[in-house]
Parts: sequence; structure tokens; C-alpha cells
Amino acid sequence: MGIISSSIARKVAMALSGLFLVLFLGQHFTINLTSTFSPETFNEFSHFMGTNFLVQAILQPVLIFGVIFHFVMGFILEARNRSARKVSYVSYKGNTNSSWVSRNMIYTGIVVLAFLGLHFYDFWFPEIAYKYIEANPSDATRYYGELVEKFHSPVRTGLYVLSFVFLALHLYHGFASSFQSVGFNNKYARGLKKFAKVYAIVIPAGFIFIALFHHFNH
Amino acid sequence: MKLTLKIWRQENANAKGKMVTYPIDGIEDDMSFLEMLDVLNEELIAKGDDPVEFDHDCREGICGACSLQINGEPHGPDRLVTTCQLHMRKFKDGDTIVIEPFRATAFPVIKDLIVDRSSFDRIQHAGGYISVNTSGNTIDANSIPVNKHDADDSFAAATCIGCGACVAACKNASAMLFTSAKVSQYALLPQGQVEAVERVENMVRQMDLEGFGNCTNTGACEIECPKGISLENIARMNREYLSATAKG
Repeated sequence: MGIISSSIARKVAMALSGLFLVLFLGQHFTINLTSTFSPETFNEFSHFMGTNFLVQAILQPVLIFGVIFHFVMGFILEARNRSARKVSYVSYKGNTNSSWVSRNMIYTGIVVLAFLGLHFYDFWFPEIAYKYIEANPSDATRYYGELVEKFHSPVRTGLYVLSFVFLALHLYHGFASSFQSVGFNNKYARGLKKFAKVYAIVIPAGFIFIALFHHFNH
Repeated sequence: MKLTLKIWRQENANAKGKMVTYPIDGIEDDMSFLEMLDVLNEELIAKGDDPVEFDHDCREGICGACSLQINGEPHGPDRLVTTCQLHMRKFKDGDTIVIEPFRATAFPVIKDLIVDRSSFDRIQHAGGYISVNTSGNTIDANSIPVNKHDADDSFAAATCIGCGACVAACKNASAMLFTSAKVSQYALLPQGQVEAVERVENMVRQMDLEGFGNCTNTGACEIECPKGISLENIARMNREYLSATAKG
């Protein structure tokens, strides 16, 4: 862990864990999107992800580690950054030289973290209980129904929509910024950063569409 | 021009500071910001009060001595200028101007608006140089071919005057722009590549030891830098650091 003791190493670790989570988000979105046009395809994908040994025993723990690492490192960085300026300015005009999202990653990140708590409570914990604690028999057709049932509640749907807005804000700075952190800043990086900005809006907007689709269609 | 100045006053490094309000009149558009403070200090001295201490030297925008957080921005509202090159025509009659020292744990206040920026010197000492045998065997620098693009980028990085505006502007008080400019100006030249690994490792280590924050790529440093030092330098330093770590 020696390398993590330097500021640049922490930046790079934050960027790489963020990029990993962004990749996962794209995969999650692709599977969820199938629920809006083919319940059977959604069930097939979900059953595969929920029963495949590689996904369950290796990718899932790696993903959970990635999430925990990313937010723990975020809090460590925030603590160090606050200690780097113990006396605040009386007048500080951040908007004149930087964007709101770039200065408030900790707050958008905390909202996303709180959302993950709700999301785990809604889907992950019941799934783990169903398979590994209650040891229910395998049912390849249950996933679509479980998904739709969650979006009956307007409160839950509203919380999901709000969380995805904050996710978009977090990604809008974080995704593009990660290329700079790993030292990638050339003519190709400029195109990649534009793609990252589009991704940061399109993917959360797509998740919002899925939540609203199931709320208003069932 | 009549103005209201709200200035940070602090007796010494250990004293508790506070904002003090000073009305001032007779300020002309063509005065520099520091000349305006000179006028204030003459009035204070005439009244028997302590003048406001602030850093300055060349007053030509090239030495990096002047600082000041003016109305929430380092070196004030203008772009690509130091405080000494900021003119009062940028303000309006009746304005209130808030003047504070650059704030960072690594830039402790010495008195009033003067902060100790020797942490920058120590980062420079840690690796911002090349070791050349000057005992009669020096090779003429012009005999070593350098790619024009690299030479331009190196020169642009070398224009950093070490004023500390990047730290002052950064919400994290990070010194990455300064350190990366000093790393880049050597990393881009053949003369600097001999000690490239040690340089970036030692300068980053010193930067961290001084207590500066982490860069979160807000870009505020680049916008507020009076010399327009580019964020590309930070990406280059990150690459240099990763490369150095890989080489062990």
C-alpha cells in the first residue's frame, strides 16, 4: 500500500476504481434496458448473472471491493484536502474559475452512496437471502416481476430518479477527470473526455427512463 | 474613486487575525492595486497606525512576490496578471474590496497579508534542477537537438513564477500545478531526463510532506494562474510519476 501514500497514487487509484465502476454501470444499464422491451431477455440475463459462478464468486466481490475502495478513498482525500486549508476564505468565488460539480464531488458522491444503500436494501440483500440463506429453488422467471414490483411506489421511484440526477452530476466531472488523473491528456483524450460527458448524461438518463417506464406501465 | 477595503489584519503567525474595514478616497483608475495599498499605508502611517503588510518586489509581473486573494480570487478579477499588474480601473467607485492572504496550511500567515511560501522553495530544492559538471567540460546546450514542440512546452512550463495563485485558487489548496510545471520544464528536455525518476519522486514527496491537498481536476489553478500554466503539465507529471514508480 506504499504507493497509495502519495497524492498522485491516490488520484490514480481513485480514477481507476471510478473507471471500473463506470464500466460496470454500462453493463448494468444494458441489462436493465432489456426489461423495457423484453421481460424474457431481462430474465435470461438476470438469471445468468445471478447464478454464474464467475460472476457470483469473483466479479461480484471485486465489484463490492471497488465500491468500498472508491468511497473510502474519497473520504480520505476529502479529509486531507480540508486539512490543507484550515482557515477558510471570507470571500471565495469558486464559480469564476471552476464548475460546481467539480468542487462538490464529495456531496454528489454521498448521495450516490446513500442511494447504493437503498438499492442494496431493495435488490441485493433480498437476492442474497433468497439464494444463499433461504436456499430457495432456482427460478429463472422471477426477476422481471421483482423489478416491476419495486417501482410501484412513487416515493421509491422519485428517490431513484433523484439519485440518478446526482449520479449524472458525479460522473459529469468524475469520468472525464479520471483520464487526466492517469496522465492521459492529448488530442485523443479530448475526444474521450467528450464521450465521457455524453456518457455521464445518457446512462443516468436511461436509468431514469427505466424507472419511470416501470412506474407508469404497471 | 471612493472604496471600502476589508483587509485581513494579523499581528504575527501565532496571533488571531480579523477583517478590518478601511474607507479610502482619491484612488485613480491608473493606479495599480499595490499603489492603492501604498496610498492606504501612507494614511495609516500618518495617523500613527501600523501599515498593512503585503509582499511585493518587481511590480512588473515577473517575480512572483505579490499575492493577495482579492474579492475571492487570487490576484483579483483580471486574468493572466499578477496583483501588481491589476489596475484600479477594474473596480468601480463605491466598490467594497475584500483582501485576504493566500490561504493554505502550507502557506502560514507571517503578518497581515504576507504568507510564508518557502514550501515552494523546498519542493524546488527536492529536484527542480539538473546536475551538470561545470568544471570546464560543459557541453553547449545549443549543440543538443531538442524537438521544437517540446522546447516550446518546456519554456511555457518554465514561465511559472511560483507565486502560489494555483494553491490559493484550488479548493483543496493543492500545489500540483506548480510542482508539475517545475517537473515538466526538465522532463521535456534531454538534459532533464538523466534525473527524471528521482526528480518527480522527490518533488512529489516533498509536496505531500508540506501538507498541500490533492488535485481533483477542478481546473481553477489554470484559470487563475497569472502565467497561464496549463493543466497538461499535471497530466505529464502524473505520467512521469507512474513511469518512475514502474521503474522502481
